[in-house]
Amino acid sequence: MRVYFDASMFRRTTWGEYASRFLFGGAITLVTGILAKRYGPVFGGLFLAFPAIFPSSLTLIEKHERQKKQRAGISRTIRGRQAAALDARGAAIGSIGLGCFGLVVWRLLPIWRPALVLLVASLIWFAVSFLIWRARKFHLAR
Amino acid sequence: MLQYLFRFVVGGVIVSAFAAVGGIVKPKSFAGLFGAAPSVALATLGLTIHASGKQFAAAEGRSMIAGALAFCLFAYLARFLLARGRFGAATVSIAGLGIWLVAAIGAWLLVLK
Repeated sequence: MRVYFDASMFRRTTWGEYASRFLFGGAITLVTGILAKRYGPVFGGLFLAFPAIFPSSLTLIEKHERQKKQRAGISRTIRGRQAAALDARGAAIGSIGLGCFGLVVWRLLPIWRPALVLLVASLIWFAVSFLIWRARKFHLAR
Repeated sequence: MLQYLFRFVVGGVIVSAFAAVGGIVKPKSFAGLFGAAPSVALATLGLTIHASGKQFAAAEGRSMIAGALAFCLFAYLARFLLARGRFGAATVSIAGLGIWLVAAIGAWLLVLK
């Protein structure tokens, strides 16, 4: 299956939805910092993997798919939930990559330059997630 | 106070950027990968290294693995429940955040502490 870009999301997303993502993202980053300062890095570190994007993505995808079907004259549909389930499948794969990001930070940060560690950890997150996603698609296609 | 404001803005920008990328790539299962992007980690770690040092941030990285496993549990349960169509995304999201919190704090109590 081919990966491609579709910018129509920008038309469907309202300013309120952008603002809520910004506020939620900012709030959770702030809270993570405060928790790490107050309770130490072992507790605070848990929140580095907090699902900051995933819940709002699920609700937005469901809403946009439902609106699309309603415009087509279909009032009752579970298409929105099924589309959100596909997104959740991707997030489950991405969370494995997220664990690998944490592993790279844990093992390499004490010995490498911080900027390089964050770059390598990000690349590892994407590579692991993409390869698992691709392998799964290949397996399903056979 | 200014440091908190800076952290808030950096977090908001990075989380929004990853969410936007996840919104424009297709197919949906691929876009889902960006729902689990290390957005909070990237927003937080640079500031943490600057303020508290590399060892402190490395210890956070270790705990992040447990947080990611809790995330995986949340996402798998969400996929399972949404695919059956019985629960809406809002219900699944709120319940899932609770599950993530319980699983992550459980891992902290049992393994990390």
